[in-house]
Amino acid sequence: MKELIVGRGLRKSFGAFEAVRGIDLTVPAGQVLGFLGPNGAGKSTTMRMLTGFLEPTAGTVHLDGIALADDPIAAKRTFGYLPEGAPAYGDMRVEEFLLFVARTRGYDAAEARRRVDAAIDRLHLGPYRKQLVETLSKGYKRRTGLAQAILHDPPILILDEPTDGLDPNQKHEVRELIRRLGGERAVVLSTHILEEVEAVCTRAVIINEGRIVFDGTPGELDSKAPGSVTRNRMDHVFRMLTTSDVREPAGARGGSR
Amino acid sequence: MSAPARIGPVFRREFGAYFASPLAGIFLVIFLFMSGIFTFQLGGFYERGQADLRPFFTGQPWLYLFLVPALSMRLWAEDRRTGTIELLLTLPVSVRDLVVAKFLAAWAFACAALALTVPLWITVAWLGNPDHGAILVGYLACALLSGTFLALGAFLSAFTKNQVIAFVLCGVAGFLLLVTGFPIVLDFVSGWLPRIAVEAISSMSALTHFEGMMRGVLDLRDVLYFVSLTVAFLFLNGIVVEWKKAE
Repeated sequence: MKELIVGRGLRKSFGAFEAVRGIDLTVPAGQVLGFLGPNGAGKSTTMRMLTGFLEPTAGTVHLDGIALADDPIAAKRTFGYLPEGAPAYGDMRVEEFLLFVARTRGYDAAEARRRVDAAIDRLHLGPYRKQLVETLSKGYKRRTGLAQAILHDPPILILDEPTDGLDPNQKHEVRELIRRLGGERAVVLSTHILEEVEAVCTRAVIINEGRIVFDGTPGELDSKAPGSVTRNRMDHVFRMLTTSDVREPAGARGGSR
Repeated sequence: MSAPARIGPVFRREFGAYFASPLAGIFLVIFLFMSGIFTFQLGGFYERGQADLRPFFTGQPWLYLFLVPALSMRLWAEDRRTGTIELLLTLPVSVRDLVVAKFLAAWAFACAALALTVPLWITVAWLGNPDHGAILVGYLACALLSGTFLALGAFLSAFTKNQVIAFVLCGVAGFLLLVTGFPIVLDFVSGWLPRIAVEAISSMSALTHFEGMMRGVLDLRDVLYFVSLTVAFLFLNGIVVEWKKAE
């Protein structure tokens, strides 16, 4: 499998605070990676380094074989990115906003129009294409953000909390969508919701205090819970790995790092 | 990709953003109204009995002090507040292109506002026989000064998420840039500073360079002053965007 995202030795400090303390992450094509961790664990910071929004204090990022530090413009063509909170220009209409992103990506007017129409179809945004972004509900705003991320049909998708703040129906829809978008792409999505990992991801990575504390399949994550735990087993493992108040049974700590 | 293709979409979005809110309309009405006040009331347009636009040009720098910050304040502060900065900086465009596109959008708007004062020119041409070359140089001075102020404002806008702070910073900085050439300041420092230092301070002032051009004297040094200051502010703008983006 082709390795589309390769991050090595990523570290990021903000002043004296070290948010990310050495993360290695390789994501091949066809993998949907769920990136988990408590608030402030360094998920967004890591994703911002993968997308070139933040320069790492140390470490390197290669996207589809292109070194982000050497050719940021070319590297930024390889991925679609949904930043946390799905920011978009509120004073633009959905279609107008998507056309803006497509044109900024360098497509000519006709091609941009074709791609925007395709993305609008794919995300069922048709009835809302003329609506102002600021008047959209959270769910549709998120979809607009996803549409923006897939316009150029990138091999890599990086989605920061794509289902945060959505109602259960909307969550279900976005998960279905991510599953459909997955395919041959490399997808990294961050979330706090563990069922989400089970539902859409083929791999789970948990970080805590800027380090990877679990890396494996959702099944392996589940199996780390002691047999006595029958409900919310993944939640239990998550707490075990990221807090000190749940004791892990002896020998349970296995997964990589 | 060619420069227009790289800059065009962001330029059009930023230019359009002025019209998406009442800002464009309010700006144009106040600008034209105040330009009229400066020309006819404060400038003594009729009393002077001369067919030129000197009273109009004299008022422009002071008008720009509070109108230009209204155009520049949102350029980066808004993107930082709403988080769209993260979107922009992860699209395949360089920070340099973004800085240039945003600046040009604001400057195009300022120049369009300036173009709406052309009826004044037509009026003096109808009333008398003005020196059209001198008026053209005066307009060029206005365009250059507004560009310099906008670059300064864009640079300061990148420091903050708060548009009001961006507005005030730009107004104060613009004021300082103007008044260093003011007689009060120059008289004050000329008492104890050597002449060469006084001249240096005076030559730093936007007002000194503006007034030369406003009289219709096209001196390349004045043009160079505005252009180099604009480029310098835009360069600093890029640095601040990179530095402050994640806060």
